Amino acid sequence: MTTAVAPIPASATRGKLVSTASDISVVVVRNLLRYVRQPQLLVFTVIQPVMFVLLFRYVFGGAISVPGFNYVDFLMPGIIVQSIAFGTAGTSVGLAEDIANGMIDRFRSLPMARSAVLAGRTLADTLRTAFTILLMGGVGALVGFRIHTDLLHTLVAIVLCLYFAMAFSWIAATIGLSVTSPEAAQTGGFVWLFPVTFASSAFVPVQTMPSWLQHIANANPITLTVNAARALTLGGPTDPVLYQALAWVTGIMLVFGPLAIRRYRRMSS
Amino acid sequence: MTSPASAPAIVVEAVTKRFGTTQALAGVDLEVPRAHVVGLLGPNGAGKTTIVRILSTLLRADTGRATVAGFDVKTQAQQVRRTIGLTGQYAAVDENLTGFENLVMIGRLNQLTKAKAKARAGELLERLDLVHAADRTARGYSGGMRRRLDLAASLVGRPQILFLDEPTTGLDPRSRLGLWDVIRELVADGTTLLLTTQYLEEADRLADTIVVIDEGTIIARGTADELKNRVGGEQLELTPSDPAKLDAAAAALATISDGATRIDRANGRLTLPVGSDRNRLAETIRRLDEAGVDIADLSIHRPSLDDVFLALTGRSSTHEDDPDLDSPHSASHHAGQEHS
Repeated sequence: MTTAVAPIPASATRGKLVSTASDISVVVVRNLLRYVRQPQLLVFTVIQPVMFVLLFRYVFGGAISVPGFNYVDFLMPGIIVQSIAFGTAGTSVGLAEDIANGMIDRFRSLPMARSAVLAGRTLADTLRTAFTILLMGGVGALVGFRIHTDLLHTLVAIVLCLYFAMAFSWIAATIGLSVTSPEAAQTGGFVWLFPVTFASSAFVPVQTMPSWLQHIANANPITLTVNAARALTLGGPTDPVLYQALAWVTGIMLVFGPLAIRRYRRMSS
Repeated sequence: MTSPASAPAIVVEAVTKRFGTTQALAGVDLEVPRAHVVGLLGPNGAGKTTIVRILSTLLRADTGRATVAGFDVKTQAQQVRRTIGLTGQYAAVDENLTGFENLVMIGRLNQLTKAKAKARAGELLERLDLVHAADRTARGYSGGMRRRLDLAASLVGRPQILFLDEPTTGLDPRSRLGLWDVIRELVADGTTLLLTTQYLEEADRLADTIVVIDEGTIIARGTADELKNRVGGEQLELTPSDPAKLDAAAAALATISDGATRIDRANGRLTLPVGSDRNRLAETIRRLDEAGVDIADLSIHRPSLDDVFLALTGRSSTHEDDPDLDSPHSASHHAGQEHS
């Protein structure tokens, strides 16, 4: 039994907030340790993004010309957003693994905050994304990427990317909670990402695509996020593209956040 | 109204649960007093795990009511979680964390302070004989170690009521015996335990009361001895030296066993109730002697819980989709002999 019976409601609420925050932080640390203890996961967080940078910079880059841009400058915001999106597959797999091996059941039988499992998962994955962004920025700089704007705009671009990461990890969480096995999560978490990330302005200008595809690519949240990140780091008008991107990402969050939470709650029915 | 403090540890009233077209629980009633060990015994798919999941707030019953330590599992789930510990069918340990880290994490999520969580983790590692592996990640643990760590995790919150869902399934006999010892120690200090098992011996060894469940319904309950008596108590098993004399032996004993003699031709054996009359044993041997039947083996068999299951359901407790493990083995063995 708990001994901490709060004498006044105000402190009870505060106590609840503190314990929820504590539960979330415990789950975040636990999820991040997974990346430290399972080095093969670094393939997705380190090796794959770096490999993509090198491939597009040196293999495809020569064949792609983007008017008005140095290709490596054009590429880096795109490939960073692409890597973030791919990285969210880890959220799907991680959750599906936790279900399969009984960790989620264990958590659900504990007197902990109900929200901590999902919040801890998406927060940990957003932190991992921050690491990926810094790493890729560094690798980009080594292969010739230069920021053409100021620190403030760059920081806004980073925040946008993290916001995007968080929204996409709610999609991934929904997938992870919906599939029946970690293997299915691996497939389900990835498959949709290929068309979504490649039919966008991430690697090539949308204008080079057939017109039917241009319509799709132009409406793609990845295109909008990438274009906003480009405007913020390379210069150019951020209005309206930044607001469009924020609207898209917010929309995703508003749809998939409740969806994932509902799926999590429904596990008990 | 009973107050939570004096309420029975577990009360289940008319609980039903359906998954799609499968009626997992078809109206279960159960009451477990405090500091009592109850063993839920039944084959795969009988509904044991469903009961545990409902009582540990992981699953909602369709109809009916259940309380744990006096708290309603549906409306007072968080209070229930503060009083229970759960060890599920799969050892739910985080493979990426060390044994110590696993327990500290569970302690923190049980709302212990960091210092208390660490102290408790150390205590439990010692109690479950895992000190030597405390700083190794659970990935490298053996099956038995994982189960012990899982059990430790369910004890972190000092539960009044513990649920163990098939705690020894998949363990080798030695680890199983080790875990039984641990469980017996636990319940010695007053913890209420609800344990599910497919192993008849396990229920017999650990539980005060055994509840037999089949196809979502409780079909029997009682102590191990009460259940065993249901199938007619002790049986005398006789094996004549010459299998051809089985019928002669049965005929000689017909009048003393009131026709209850069974002939088991496959094993060349006769089975008859020992009964309460102790002279019957001597009489049995005398009659066989008169009939010229030499006895190769004579034993008194106390019925196993497997016999109980057979008597209650008309089926064996071993699941139908599981072929007899011995037969393919011995078949290939014979084939091998023929070739050599």
